[in-house]
Amino acid sequence: METLIANVPLPDAASPDRGLTAAAVLLIPLIVPALAAALAAALGWRRWVAWCAVAASAAVLVAGLVTAVATTDGSTLAVGSLLRADALTAVMLLVIGSVSLIATWASVGYIGGELRTETTTARGARRYAILVPLFISTMAGTVLAANLGVMWAGIEATTIVTAFLVGHHGGRRAVEATWKYVIICSVGIALAYLGTVLVYYASQHSGGAAGREGTLDWTALVAQADRLDPGVMRIAVVLLVIGFGTKVGLIPLHSWLPDAHSEAPAPVSALMSGVLLSVAGYALLRYRVIAVSALDPAFVRTLLLVVGIGSVAFAASMMIAQRDYKRLLAYSSMEHMGLVAIGMAVGTPLAIAALLLHVLGHGLAKAVLFCASGQILELTGTTRTDGVRGLLVRRPVLAGVFALGFAALLGLPPFSLFGSELALARATADAGLSWVVGVALVLLLVVFVAIARPVAGMLFGPHDGAAEVEAGSGAILAEPRASSSTIPLVLGLAALALIGVVAPLDGLLESAAAIVGTR
Amino acid sequence: MSASVSTQLLDVISGAILLTAVLTLWRRDLAAIIRLLAIQGVLIAGLALLLGINEHSTELYLAALGVLILKAVVLPTILRRVLADSGEVRETAPLVNVTSSLLAAAGLTLLAYVLSGPLVALAPSAATRALPVGIAVVLLGFFMLVTRRRALSQVIGFLLLDNGITTTAFLATSGVPLVVELGVSLDVLLVVLVLQIVAARMRMAFGSTDLDGLSGLRD
Repeated sequence: METLIANVPLPDAASPDRGLTAAAVLLIPLIVPALAAALAAALGWRRWVAWCAVAASAAVLVAGLVTAVATTDGSTLAVGSLLRADALTAVMLLVIGSVSLIATWASVGYIGGELRTETTTARGARRYAILVPLFISTMAGTVLAANLGVMWAGIEATTIVTAFLVGHHGGRRAVEATWKYVIICSVGIALAYLGTVLVYYASQHSGGAAGREGTLDWTALVAQADRLDPGVMRIAVVLLVIGFGTKVGLIPLHSWLPDAHSEAPAPVSALMSGVLLSVAGYALLRYRVIAVSALDPAFVRTLLLVVGIGSVAFAASMMIAQRDYKRLLAYSSMEHMGLVAIGMAVGTPLAIAALLLHVLGHGLAKAVLFCASGQILELTGTTRTDGVRGLLVRRPVLAGVFALGFAALLGLPPFSLFGSELALARATADAGLSWVVGVALVLLLVVFVAIARPVAGMLFGPHDGAAEVEAGSGAILAEPRASSSTIPLVLGLAALALIGVVAPLDGLLESAAAIVGTR
Repeated sequence: MSASVSTQLLDVISGAILLTAVLTLWRRDLAAIIRLLAIQGVLIAGLALLLGINEHSTELYLAALGVLILKAVVLPTILRRVLADSGEVRETAPLVNVTSSLLAAAGLTLLAYVLSGPLVALAPSAATRALPVGIAVVLLGFFMLVTRRRALSQVIGFLLLDNGITTTAFLATSGVPLVVELGVSLDVLLVVLVLQIVAARMRMAFGSTDLDGLSGLRD
């Protein structure tokens, strides 16, 4: 039986109609965005080309929905031995598709505005139009990879593709952010590669029927996980947690995150914060199942708890005196990823389902907030929180979106983060880790105050008339498209509330949690 | 080739890989460091070739050829071009001086032997007994990355780290599957190309590639 699992990792691809659906659904998220990128490469920035990128994101979302329907019952779709999708992949495809849809939609107005005000050149706009869909394609490839080595290459590819997106605005600050981003992430990911090599080494000597034939195929590895050598796996797991943790924005290699998120164009920040971090987190989820089976589960739990609580604590401490609203959002991403890591440490099916819902909710909320902050920056010309005052009077719709986005991010009902944070707390307490819940609640309270105070000032603060005159010309230019550019953001908030109230994804989340959750 | 000869060759090559890594910490002349990196690339290709002969594996011959082209020719060529563009010949002010660097290298090598204990214990053989070399090169690369102040030195540190991982992969597993190897090589090449462009932009924005200039972004 074990040889069967090891040698035939795709038992579900057997029936032909299912194989056809699989081929269509799994190839679309990879190819359609790549085609949009090719179109932009050939024609440069055009409004309709930008809309093609939006359509490509929608295609990813639809493929995610179809995958979700096909895999909710716990089955698997596969193409060849390289592409594979189960319920967990479907959840990630939904996250990628929905956040990309908001970000690419917001990009149409964002780059259009930059071209109008000549903050970017035609060349810059074209590069942006090529790289953003490629970025989406590489992330889809990462979650669809059946082989952990290919998944690794996908995550490293996202670093390469996003490097010039972080540096989009040029100048000293952008160069500095790009350098730190590429060096720190490449080193972190290199450590993860060393971990991957060691897992492969352990699998070669797992004594299975396959002999000395090692494997990096996830399904096969899970099947032989309890026979992997604990000594080697312990080193591998530490390297994998630090390595992929770099890209998730967890301590100790997190310092690229606030710089890259604050310097990148707003829609790119939305993509990085909303999906890129959780795609790297997805890699950790896949490895965690193997690790807890090969090692003492307490070791894995301690490791994840240390990086998780450490990241939340560090992020909270950096948010207290934060005066830059984009950096505030960046540290908030770090805080939420810390919560996700704590959920992984708990690892019960309830915790996994909660953290997946949290990833989706955080992705949508961050997409809305980063895109809104991009419009606020365009309006006011500053990223300092004390430079923005009386937003509610000056731009009621945008301010409303911004405020509701923060309400969602802070876990207020009816948005889905309320439910996911509650479920995370319950799962953690059920696992006998009540002290973790206590520590996390105190830290979340700090975060709440650190966010609420400056945001209240931005929304309600006394509005300075002189600043308005100064920014007046820009404001008049921006006015006509202000309402249309908030449409994707309102849709994002509506989706967040819908997921929070109706809970349509529960079946899918349970299937996904059954795949990577452990008791 | 008899078993004892191939074991001796393996040890010589592994030792030489470690030696080139230590020498990169000793030299300040960036051109010489790039030369050492190219030599290390040749040695790693030799290692793959030797393992290929031992195991009669075509895949390993291909991997050896790929490593030779990438690590001994393409990457050093790119680095030389960055060096020529920058006009900076020496690593002027490392955070840690050469004597301390070499002492640290000795310490890190010892640490590598301790760390790789469980790795060797899993499957003791001529190849896996040399595993500490790979881990040591990884640690030395990391050390170079955090103590050097030139953009180019950091790229070299990253490549040293990558060489260490490749060495570990060949010694422990006789190479990862070819599709993974291909992805990894492509990624490393692209990272270096990206860093080359960013370093050029850095020179335009800051006038030098001294990383002490990177201090505009803080809280």
